[in-house]
Amino acid sequence: MLSYAVRRLLYSVVVLVAASFLVFTFVTLSGDPLAQLNIVPNLSEQSRQNVIDAKHLDDPIPVRYGYWVRDAVTNQFGTTLLGDRPILPDLWRVMKNTLQLVLIAELFAVLIAVGVGVYSALHQYSPFDYTATTLSFLGLATPAFWLALILQVLVVQIREETGHLILPISSLNSVDHGSGIDFVLDRAHHLVLPVIVLTVASVAGYARYMRASMLEVINADYVRTARAKGLPERKVTMKHAFRNALIPLVTLVALSFGNLLGGAIVVETVFSLDGMGLYFYNALLANDPYRVMAWLMVTATMIIVFNLVADLVYGYLDPRVRYD
Amino acid sequence: MTELGYEAGVVLETRSQWAYVRMRFLRHRLAVGSLVVLILIALVGIFASQIAPYGYDELDLENASQGPTLEDWHLFGTDQLGRDYLSRVIFGVRTSLWVAVFVALVSTVLGTAIGAVAGYYGGRVDNLLMRFTDLVLTLPGLAILLTASVFLGSGEPLQVGLILALLFWTTIARIVRGVFLSLREEDYVDAAKAAGANDLRIIGRHMLPNCVGPIVVNATLAVAAAILVEAALSYLGLGIQPPDPALGRLINEGQSSGFDLWWLVTFPGLVIVAIALCVNFVGDGLRDAFDPRQRRVRA
Repeated sequence: MLSYAVRRLLYSVVVLVAASFLVFTFVTLSGDPLAQLNIVPNLSEQSRQNVIDAKHLDDPIPVRYGYWVRDAVTNQFGTTLLGDRPILPDLWRVMKNTLQLVLIAELFAVLIAVGVGVYSALHQYSPFDYTATTLSFLGLATPAFWLALILQVLVVQIREETGHLILPISSLNSVDHGSGIDFVLDRAHHLVLPVIVLTVASVAGYARYMRASMLEVINADYVRTARAKGLPERKVTMKHAFRNALIPLVTLVALSFGNLLGGAIVVETVFSLDGMGLYFYNALLANDPYRVMAWLMVTATMIIVFNLVADLVYGYLDPRVRYD
Repeated sequence: MTELGYEAGVVLETRSQWAYVRMRFLRHRLAVGSLVVLILIALVGIFASQIAPYGYDELDLENASQGPTLEDWHLFGTDQLGRDYLSRVIFGVRTSLWVAVFVALVSTVLGTAIGAVAGYYGGRVDNLLMRFTDLVLTLPGLAILLTASVFLGSGEPLQVGLILALLFWTTIARIVRGVFLSLREEDYVDAAKAAGANDLRIIGRHMLPNCVGPIVVNATLAVAAAILVEAALSYLGLGIQPPDPALGRLINEGQSSGFDLWWLVTFPGLVIVAIALCVNFVGDGLRDAFDPRQRRVRA
């Protein structure tokens, strides 16, 4: 199993290098890197030249990529395109914020999905099952950004009616957020809407999956055996069926992690949250390959690690799985 | 339908596989209903210019910022410039639906071809396909799409469609590859080989027809996925751009008018949800029709 993990990681490094070169080329070729400088009035030719020299903009792309790799390895991803900011501190900050958001949403999504999925499977074709299925289909058909906007609209309308802003509709904190417990409460208050949107975006798929997985298991032979030997129904469903039905969900959750970060791009843009998605979006619009690349490396590494962990956990939960 | 007469009075009706599929699909009331709704929406989109009560960019400052009303057909309200949102949504449906169907068709043809070759021959093609899939799986899809549309430029519906197809084919290729890997071991493939059929004939005549179910189902689901992703791209300003109308962009424009005009954000989104929902129901019905064995588990 260790050799499997090492092989996977080594292989991932190759994928990462390939991906990074492609993306670097794409973003570099996408537009004039100095477009932002050109709109600054009275910019001296010297400061223009400084940026060109610092980022080697006169060199061909493979050379620039080489410089980027050097910076990434030895200099914590270096500075932004215009050279005015180190990248890593910003990236850590937005990553912390996004992970807060994504992990809370994911926790809710998994808990709800497991509950709903198992209950639906045990009461197949009951009114609850039909309602849950309908809602799942609705959830799968709803664009996350639209749901976010609708929630904002709703909150604004309530404020028009009552004069109270029941929930903040943008940013991660108020201007006067205080510190200590006040800060945490303020943050939690601001995260309510984004977490709802991200939870809805994931929960539908998970619940359908959980239900299918549970249905498959409760019709399995070993569950019938457990029943036949006289175990109480509760024990049969909880110990024999539920535990096994949970295994596929582990993989799905880990695999969706990447998509969730993608979904965070949309949600963070709508709610103007200072997270990784918005960071990426702004970097991309500014044609800044250095910020995009740093984001890409961090995100891809997280996805790779999550996928690997999912594989290993799967093997631990289900001893029938063999690595080769 | 052919009739086989055996002994006196006994008439056997034989039905083709397709007749069974059709029959099972038609029994799925939700799927059939959704198909009808979808066809209606598509017709509205196709005949947008005839049906829409107003032009896409027709200004009417006297009726600006009106909420939804039956008067003058402003069912979805108007924006600050008095443009009728029902008409704009109708034109938006045309573009968005067209792009989604285009994506589904291109990615299905491409994905099926690549998946079939990879699954049948294995080896290097297969390796290359799986490595590319790994690459796509390592990065969040939306980030790839955003980067690609900044790089390749977007705005035209055709461009956006091609960019989406670039990402979407991998799903269907993986599925077809999987089915082909198992079909390759079937006796009838050996029989066809022994009879001297060439590879193209084996793939096209013998294996592909046994793989139609998953292909059709996934092509359908791709339409729903494409419409959602296109909406997100266009909303972020990196998808379809003016002057082409698209549902995602309408939401974006509606948002910039402020939340007081709630109808501008609400109705285009509801139409997206309706389309995606119907497509998914149809896809589900097709899945049950093609593979009734799984019905008990999923339903």
